[in-house]
Amino acid sequence: MHDRTLALLADDLAARRVSAVELTEHFLQRIEQFDAQLNAFVTVTRDEALAQAAVADKRLAAGNATPLTGIPIAHKDIFCTQGVKTSCGSKILDNFISPYDATVVSRLRDAGAVMLGKTNMDEFAMGSSSETSFYGAVRNPWDHELVPGGSSGGSAAAVAARMVCGATGTDTGGSIRQPASLSGITGFKPTYGRVSRYGMVAFASSLDQAGTLTRTAEDAALMMQVMAGFDERDSTALTDPVPAFSSALETPWQTITIGVPENFFDDGLDEGSAQAIRDALRVFERLGATIKDVHLEHVHLSVPVYYVVASAEASSNLSRFDGVRYGHRAENIDNLTELYMRTRGEGFGAEVKRRILTGTYVLSAGYYDAYYLQAQKVRQLISDDFARAFADVDFLMGPTTPTPAFGIGQKMDDPIQMYLNDIYTIGANLAGLPALSVPCGFSGGLPVGLQLIGAHLSEPALLKVAHYFQLETDWHTRVPAAYA
Amino acid sequence: MSLNREDIEKLCFLARLEVTIDEMPDVESKLSDIVKLIDQLQAVDTASVTPMAHPLDREQRLREDRVTESDEREQIQLNAPLVERALYLVPKVIE
Amino acid sequence: MKWEVVIGLEIHTQLATASKIFSGASTTYGAPPNSQACLVDLGYPGILPVLNEQVVRMAIKFGLATNCKISRRSVFARKNYFYPDLPKGYQISQYELPIVSGGHIDIVLDDGEIKTIRITRAHLEEDAGKSLHENFHGASGIDLNRAGTPLLEIVSEPDLRSAMEAGIYMRKIHTLVRYLGISDGNMQEGSFRCDANVSIRLKGDKKLGTRTELKNLNSFRFVEKAIEIEVERQIEILEEGGHIVLETRLYDSDRNETRPMRSKEEANDYRYFPDPDLLPLVIEDALVDELKDSLPELPDAKRVRFVKEYELSDYDAGVLTANLETADYYEEAVRSTTVASPKLVANWVQGELAAALNRDGLDIAEAKVASAELGLLAERIEDGTVSGKLAKEVFERLWHDGGSIDDIIEQRGLKQISDSGTIEKLVDDVLAQNPTQLEQFRGGNEKVIGFFVGQIMKASDGKANPKQVNAILRKKLNE
Repeated sequence: MHDRTLALLADDLAARRVSAVELTEHFLQRIEQFDAQLNAFVTVTRDEALAQAAVADKRLAAGNATPLTGIPIAHKDIFCTQGVKTSCGSKILDNFISPYDATVVSRLRDAGAVMLGKTNMDEFAMGSSSETSFYGAVRNPWDHELVPGGSSGGSAAAVAARMVCGATGTDTGGSIRQPASLSGITGFKPTYGRVSRYGMVAFASSLDQAGTLTRTAEDAALMMQVMAGFDERDSTALTDPVPAFSSALETPWQTITIGVPENFFDDGLDEGSAQAIRDALRVFERLGATIKDVHLEHVHLSVPVYYVVASAEASSNLSRFDGVRYGHRAENIDNLTELYMRTRGEGFGAEVKRRILTGTYVLSAGYYDAYYLQAQKVRQLISDDFARAFADVDFLMGPTTPTPAFGIGQKMDDPIQMYLNDIYTIGANLAGLPALSVPCGFSGGLPVGLQLIGAHLSEPALLKVAHYFQLETDWHTRVPAAYA
Repeated sequence: MSLNREDIEKLCFLARLEVTIDEMPDVESKLSDIVKLIDQLQAVDTASVTPMAHPLDREQRLREDRVTESDEREQIQLNAPLVERALYLVPKVIE
Repeated sequence: MKWEVVIGLEIHTQLATASKIFSGASTTYGAPPNSQACLVDLGYPGILPVLNEQVVRMAIKFGLATNCKISRRSVFARKNYFYPDLPKGYQISQYELPIVSGGHIDIVLDDGEIKTIRITRAHLEEDAGKSLHENFHGASGIDLNRAGTPLLEIVSEPDLRSAMEAGIYMRKIHTLVRYLGISDGNMQEGSFRCDANVSIRLKGDKKLGTRTELKNLNSFRFVEKAIEIEVERQIEILEEGGHIVLETRLYDSDRNETRPMRSKEEANDYRYFPDPDLLPLVIEDALVDELKDSLPELPDAKRVRFVKEYELSDYDAGVLTANLETADYYEEAVRSTTVASPKLVANWVQGELAAALNRDGLDIAEAKVASAELGLLAERIEDGTVSGKLAKEVFERLWHDGGSIDDIIEQRGLKQISDSGTIEKLVDDVLAQNPTQLEQFRGGNEKVIGFFVGQIMKASDGKANPKQVNAILRKKLNE
């Protein structure tokens, strides 16, 4: 059952070949069997899941189901879920029960998707390895000694190990695409604003975007159809109409021009990965695509721009965690300043503290112009580079990450090396572009991801191109032996 | 630019974030690396560039002036560490 | 005095919306603690602000009424600091690009001089909650009902030169926001409050002295008193050779003193930056034009019109237009009568009505004599039915017991005697009864006319028409 994609299981449910309760029980059983070794879940909502599955079966019987009715999914623990702990991977929210649902959560619930639980993640989505979680590191299903990538590493591992059909994630600098790449699955980050941020614990508001971690682009389209769309509770949510993603996949192939940023094939790129990417590009050539080299002049500055902008926004976004209205509160406190300093000092982990301090620094008097304002300007230059490229090509393609999965603990003591993992993915966040990562081969026995970036609002075309690639290749069907 | 311990202590106070004596050496060395990373930006000529605050060039949408929220205090305060007579308690505020 | 006082005011006026600036929670005053603090106001994880349309319209109206420029593009920024009444750890405000800037208003000083005060800017922001310190065994209790209430912060240039000017300016802004219907201006409820930046310098100096910022000025009187006391303090320091420290000081009205605020001692670094949760606020010309057309008549224009249309003195017109409710009451009263003169009605509004309201502690909206009734009463004076003096009795009866004016006049026998035969008889009787005084008059003592009038009025129980009494008396005396 679990080897079937979300789309196939949706067909099975619709045809009543399997019931939602059976499906839910099967996946819950897999979570029980495997999660102790992967640590992909912070919370498993067994009882609620079974209740939701029973409701889904009634809906399926009554004929008012959607394609997602009865489909077992998981939410990254960054999305608020009413009545269920929402920790964001942090001690400071370890005791936090959200009184409301994120828009993403309520939309998927309304569509009948069954939530099996909340997935582990880097604390406040700050990380590229899912090691900074208060709940311990997530392990890569392909090799338990390796990281699954991050910050949506729990979602990636859960999908890669077939513990759920699909999962939600968030992508601020690559946090969906990078773990998808390292875990051998499909990760999709839509255009900034396409999916509501309401109820998503904010990391960097001008970069955060919710998306999907699934086996295939086809599955991503099914989830996106429900998640995308205007939300009156988010000022930055796009009002543009939501296209029909799934039917876009069925349209005939059209000639496309693919730009390959030469800067993405620098010295930092692992040779095996480079080979897999070149092979993938040949698949597109066979499909009739024109391949062109492009040069993104400022994209090499993505990482420093990102660490200024994201840290600045994060330092402000995380000020609300003060131990007064919710969350962890330090004990034996004498005065207000101590309440704040100790609550936050105890509640946040080392990486979060570094980002808060960095963000505080770049916004502080005397440094604002040199860092924050300068970063905003370079962000504009990077965004302009992408806009120029898209005047010439339909999509940009290249590696998602410089290397396949790395060892647990390997980069924890060197934040800069960790940050450079996102060197190819951050650009799309800075410019607000839709992008996805699809499995495209292996390097040293580990999955490699191909990154596809499109112009603003080009999700249907982007998913379609990825779908055609997956019709031509079978990398997305590969599963770690232990989880087959 | 670089950060010394005194700078970091000032930042910790601004951010109301305790860094213990044990944590400090690690914070100090890693923040210095981060500052080196972001200092790369200084070399870029941006004299004629408008700062970019949002990824898409859109305008603020307005909400109708209507009361849509009801009193959910009891439910909401289940998350509060310390509440008395419906008020959130903090150590005495001195004005 | 060799010192010149320099004052700039920052007025925070609460905008009269139904819901908060960024959330759908109610702004009603006086609700049970935290019952009107929704997840947005509480700064819950994951929540986002969405801007209230009304606050934008209100800010534009204020800008138009004060000759300001309306920014076609303005930006919300975060002001970062930690305080228990500030749930998110930042206040959403406007910093570099406020919605309204660069205007001015005129104020009339006590000597009649008109002075122009420049308005630097007016920007939108959210209010904070309240800390309560009583009976929490050494702790403070936080009520976040007020958090997220929309404020318009109106910042003046340092153009004010005395506590009195500051008071006049603040009253003027108060009048204006109420005319515009953008704030209830209720100072007891904190809907209209003020911080003052105060410095002094030697007369003739170009450079500004070091200023202090006075907080917690929530009445016109406190603004004036706090500035006065602060100016005295600063002069004393400078004259003793000391220097002023740039600081925030709290006005303590009980002790009538200012003292440094301990919570503001640490130099703050607010780390303002554009709020990434809110997009640039773009205002179309069409909206500005629509609001321009919808502006009510403003106090200055109304005062000029009252002078012209109702032939009032500038002073009377100023008093009657000081608040919209009084001006409306007055105009309704005037319009309800074609007989009574607007001046007579003005006298009654400023006289009996104001006294009665003051005595009973009522607002004009709660007046127990309606505007049309006051108009009719003036008409009854004007047409001679009742004397001005007895009309006061009618007014009192009306105020306390209600009823109809004509019934009261009738039932209480207050009707004026205007029958010349009756009055002639009264005059004849009084003259006959007072031969001594009559002799004095004949001897050239004009003053006794007053005595005769008094006697005649007394004889008529005050009901004789004084004009007629005067005329008939003079005629008879000169016969």
